Amino acid sequence: MAYVTRGFRGRRERDESGRIPPGQYETDDFPVLSAGPTPHTPLEQWSFTVSEDGKELTRWSWDEFRALPSETVTRDIHCVTKWSKLDTTWEGVSVDTLLEGIETGAGYVTAWSDGGYTTNLPLEDVTGGRAWVAFDYEGEPLDPEHGGPARLLVPHLYFWKSAKWVRGLRLMDEDEPGFWESLGYHLYGDPWREQRYWGD
Amino acid sequence: METADLKLDGNALGGLLGEVFAAEITLARSTCGSCGAVREVGALAVYIQAPGAVARCPGCDAVLLRLVRAEGRLWLDLQGVSCLEMRIQAD
Amino acid sequence: MAGAAVLGRLTWLLAELVELVPETPRVTSLVLDVPGWTGHRPGQHVDVRLTAEDGYQAQRSYSLAAPADGERVVLTVEVLEDGEVSPFLARELRPGDRFELRGPIGGYFVWDGGADPLHLVAGGSGIVPLMAMLQYRAASELTVPATLLYSSRTLEDVIYRDELGRLAKADPALEVVYTLTRAQPDGWDGYARRIDREMLAEVFGESGESTAFVCGPTRFVEVAADALVGLGYDSGRVRTERFGPSGA
Repeated sequence: MAYVTRGFRGRRERDESGRIPPGQYETDDFPVLSAGPTPHTPLEQWSFTVSEDGKELTRWSWDEFRALPSETVTRDIHCVTKWSKLDTTWEGVSVDTLLEGIETGAGYVTAWSDGGYTTNLPLEDVTGGRAWVAFDYEGEPLDPEHGGPARLLVPHLYFWKSAKWVRGLRLMDEDEPGFWESLGYHLYGDPWREQRYWGD
Repeated sequence: METADLKLDGNALGGLLGEVFAAEITLARSTCGSCGAVREVGALAVYIQAPGAVARCPGCDAVLLRLVRAEGRLWLDLQGVSCLEMRIQAD
Repeated sequence: MAGAAVLGRLTWLLAELVELVPETPRVTSLVLDVPGWTGHRPGQHVDVRLTAEDGYQAQRSYSLAAPADGERVVLTVEVLEDGEVSPFLARELRPGDRFELRGPIGGYFVWDGGADPLHLVAGGSGIVPLMAMLQYRAASELTVPATLLYSSRTLEDVIYRDELGRLAKADPALEVVYTLTRAQPDGWDGYARRIDREMLAEVFGESGESTAFVCGPTRFVEVAADALVGLGYDSGRVRTERFGPSGA
């Protein structure tokens, strides 16, 4: 193991709650992580699409998207870089609502974002009330630095799956590794089984 | 804090790449596979506040290099670089 | 020193704290002893890694503050009050304590001599690697003209102020220019604003064949580097080291 430096503890709290997954540390901040510059798509140009095999099945403009029924949820979130933040509150449109009426045999989705980011998930992990496209955080419009105007929110998996600046979902027959999944990060990413990297 | 503050230079990758390459990498010249611009790795736009490190072309923002480091493991993707030229020890 | 550098893989060494040297109310230098250190070039940096008893780790990069000196290594750390590493290094470490360090890193942001005039632009703690360059220049008795434009919030925040004064006084070919952006002492007749193109043009004059090194927070570097290119510097001759929000 690496050399332990006397007296160093780092910025961490003791986990009194039992809500912190293995290897994680609780934070009160909301760290900004990014793999690139923040996109700034004007709302008049924003759209959200659900597609399959290159065919667009549904599309909403920003106004149409915001007219959909939404809900407010409070969840814990866990980033693979080891911080966890408890009781974060979001408002968003459930992915179940976005997929309503769509008949598909697809088992997977690829979420894609402005700026080129992608992430892959099993379809059942974004349905059944487990995922949202969120536009408000803690009662305020989602900051661009945190993925605004809208990001995917899938709190039961590591937060790299909650794609910032999300613009659509592609229904897929195969689980196709996205931006981080193609470079060592676990295809599924369950924080409670500490599935950070390939083979975990 | 803004994402604009998170952008660093290729120097910030020096330590990570130093675990992989024996040659001094921040002076290596990379050709962007997207726009063809040639720059020292030290001059690339680098983001390390992320699950991994990403180096982008300062001109066209294309991803040139991605690196993930875990305990005892490292993944490196150089697909965005069509050519990497570096000085090595003379014979 | 040859441009080619076959380094072998970087590995972690153990640095031992010899002495803490306060520089300003928020900035402290760490004088370290690093067995196995084989030297470095001005402008290079190190990665520092701290490990807690339960295995938790934090890692940061710091520029080397002084030229190579055997196994002695100096880092200068700006304390960020809500930081995780800098308050620990500056306030909790005691002489004799050890932590992991690897380097030297970086060949791009390096100056160790050359015929072209040296133009240096520092924002806050961005002065650290540039100070290593200036100290190297002085110790090697190089006569190439050098100009430093150093932006700080107040005079109290200027790091290495006495040493910079000594270097400038002893060497007519070195010019040190300050700009104080937040507050100035009574009678201050120097620059009192954030750097801009006009200031850079006044301080550096003709860009000519000089190489410019710009170091500091990302936004500062962007403004300065863009301005220098706008003044005619070839972008290949403007070398930058952005510190990012975590500071030095």
